[in-house]
Amino acid sequence: MKYAFELKNVKKHYGKVIALDGVTLRAEEGKVYGMLGPNGAGKTTIVKILSTLIEPDKGVATVAGIDISLDPTSVRKTIGLAGQFAAIDEFLTGRENIYMVGLLYGLKAKESKTRTTDILERLNLTDAADRQVKTYSGGMRRRLDLGASLVGHPKILFLDEPTTGLDPRTRKELWEIIRDLAKDGTSILLTTQYLEEADELADKIAVIDYGKVIAEGTSAQLKAKLGGDMVEFEMTNEADYRKALEATKGISKGIKSDDFELTIKIPVKHSATDLLKITQIVDRAGVKPQNISLHKPTLDDVFLAITGKKPKHKLPVKPKRGKQ
Amino acid sequence: MATVLAGFRDGWIVARRNLLRYTRLPQLVVISSIQPIMFLTLFNFVFGGAIGATVAGSGPYINYLLPGILVQTILFGSLQTGVGLSRDLNAGIIDRFRSLPMSRSAVLTGRTSADIIRSSLVAMILLGMGYVYGFRFQNGAGDAVMMIALILAFGYAFSWIAAFVGLAVKDEETAQLAGFLFIFPLTFASATFVPTATMPQWLQVFANNQPVTFAVTAARHFALGTPSGGAEWKLLAWIVGILLVFIPLSIYSYKKRS
Repeated sequence: MKYAFELKNVKKHYGKVIALDGVTLRAEEGKVYGMLGPNGAGKTTIVKILSTLIEPDKGVATVAGIDISLDPTSVRKTIGLAGQFAAIDEFLTGRENIYMVGLLYGLKAKESKTRTTDILERLNLTDAADRQVKTYSGGMRRRLDLGASLVGHPKILFLDEPTTGLDPRTRKELWEIIRDLAKDGTSILLTTQYLEEADELADKIAVIDYGKVIAEGTSAQLKAKLGGDMVEFEMTNEADYRKALEATKGISKGIKSDDFELTIKIPVKHSATDLLKITQIVDRAGVKPQNISLHKPTLDDVFLAITGKKPKHKLPVKPKRGKQ
Repeated sequence: MATVLAGFRDGWIVARRNLLRYTRLPQLVVISSIQPIMFLTLFNFVFGGAIGATVAGSGPYINYLLPGILVQTILFGSLQTGVGLSRDLNAGIIDRFRSLPMSRSAVLTGRTSADIIRSSLVAMILLGMGYVYGFRFQNGAGDAVMMIALILAFGYAFSWIAAFVGLAVKDEETAQLAGFLFIFPLTFASATFVPTATMPQWLQVFANNQPVTFAVTAARHFALGTPSGGAEWKLLAWIVGILLVFIPLSIYSYKKRS
C-alpha cells in the first residue's frame, strides 16, 4: 500500500534542543491526518521535513513514496504548503500572489491565470482579488495562503495550524474549505492545538509531545480514552447534592461526584440533547443547581488522559515570526 | 540546459514580483533618491568651495563629486537586497519559495536583478540632478555609458554580498546595519569625495587599494578623461571575484536545509 507520507524513526535537533525524538507515523492516501500537540511539540518541524524545507538528522521521510532526502524536487511537485504565517506578498494583489506561485509550480501563463481565477472563486475571494493583500483581514490572508498552496494541483497538502489566531466564525469557514478539499481526494496533513479541530476534520489523529508520538488513533478511539463530553452540575447544599446524585444514578456510565465541591460529572454521548434530558431529571427531583455546564475535552484533557500530566508548553525553538 | 532555462524563467518571475512591489511603493524610489540628492547638494555647496581648488584636472567640483556620489548611491542601494531577503525570510515567503519545484537560484537572481533595475532608476535621477548643478560628461556618450555600466555592475556584485549577509542575519534591521557598517568606511576612506593625497599615509595605503576607490577612479576616467591608472581593470577583477565567491555562497546558504 502506498502512503501519502511516512516517517520512520525520524530525529531532528537544533543545537541542544531535541525537536523530534524518533517519530514514526504513516498517513493513508486521500485522508485527513491530524497532528495534535502544544506549541513546541515538534509539529512544525515534521511539516518542514515533509515539505523539504529541512532534512532529518536520522530516519527516513517519504512523501508519495518518494524519499525527501533523495529527490526533493519530485516531492515539491506533489505538495502544497500553507502555514500559520500567511506567506504572501502584502503589496501584490491576491490574484498576483496566486498567479506567481502558479508560474513557479511550472504552469504556463494561461493555465496559471485560469487556475488562479478558479481558486479565488472557490475560496470566495473574487471580490477582493484585485486588491493589495495589505487590505485583507486575517481570515482572508489565510484563505489566500491556502489558495497559493492549491494552485499546483497538489496531491498532498500540508496545513500547519491553519486556523491559529482566527476568530470562531472564520475558523469554521476554513474548516468547510478543508472538508471540501478532502472530499476531492486530496491527502491532507493538518496540525493543530485544538482537539475540537482535529475531531471535526481528521480521519486519524496523532498526539505529539516532546518530539514523540504519544498516541495515535481515530477521533473516536482518542475520545474513548477521555470519556467524551461531560455535563457538570454544581449544587449549593448537601441536601440538593444528595437528591441530584440519587436522581441521576445509573443514567450513564462513569459518573463522578465530589462530596466536598458538591459537583456531579456525567459523561454524555449526544451532548446537547443529553444535557436537556439530564436537566429535566434534575429539575423533576426538585433540585436547584447553582451551576450547570457542558464540558468538552480539550488538548489538556487528552494529555491528562494519556500521560497523566498537563502538556508542558516548551518554548518554540525559533523566535516567532512577525507580520510582514 | 533545461535547468538553466528554467532558472532564468523562475528568476524573471521573482524579479517581476519585486519590481511590482516597487511600483506599489513609489515612495521607496523617491526616498532612496532624496538621500543621494541631499548628499550631492550638501557636498557640492558646503565643501565645494573649499575643496574645489585642490581637485586638479576635473574642472568644477561637481564634475569630481558626481561620479563618487553615484558609486556611493549604488552601493547603499545594493544593501536593499539583503534587507528585502531578510524581510521575505521572516514573513515565511522564502519558506514558500523553497517548498516549490522552482530553481534554487531564482529567488536570489530575481531579487538582485530587480534591485539593480531600481538602482539604475535612482542613478538616472541623480545624474539629472548633477546636470542641474553643472556636471557635464567630458568624453562623449560611449564613455558615459561605460561609466554607468561599470558602476551598475559593481552595485550588482555588492548585491550578492548583501544577499549573503541578509540570509545570514535573519532580521532586516541587522541586515541594514551590517551593510552600513561595511559600506560607510569603504566609501569615505576612498577617493569618493576628496583625493586621497591629503590623507595620512596608513589610510592612503588602504584608500588607494580598495575597490570603491577603483570604482570612482574608473568612473571619473570615463566621465572626465582623467587618468585611471588601470583602475577599471582592477575594478573588473573585484567584480568578477565578488561574484565568483558570493553567488555560490549565497545560493548555498539559501539551499541549506538544516
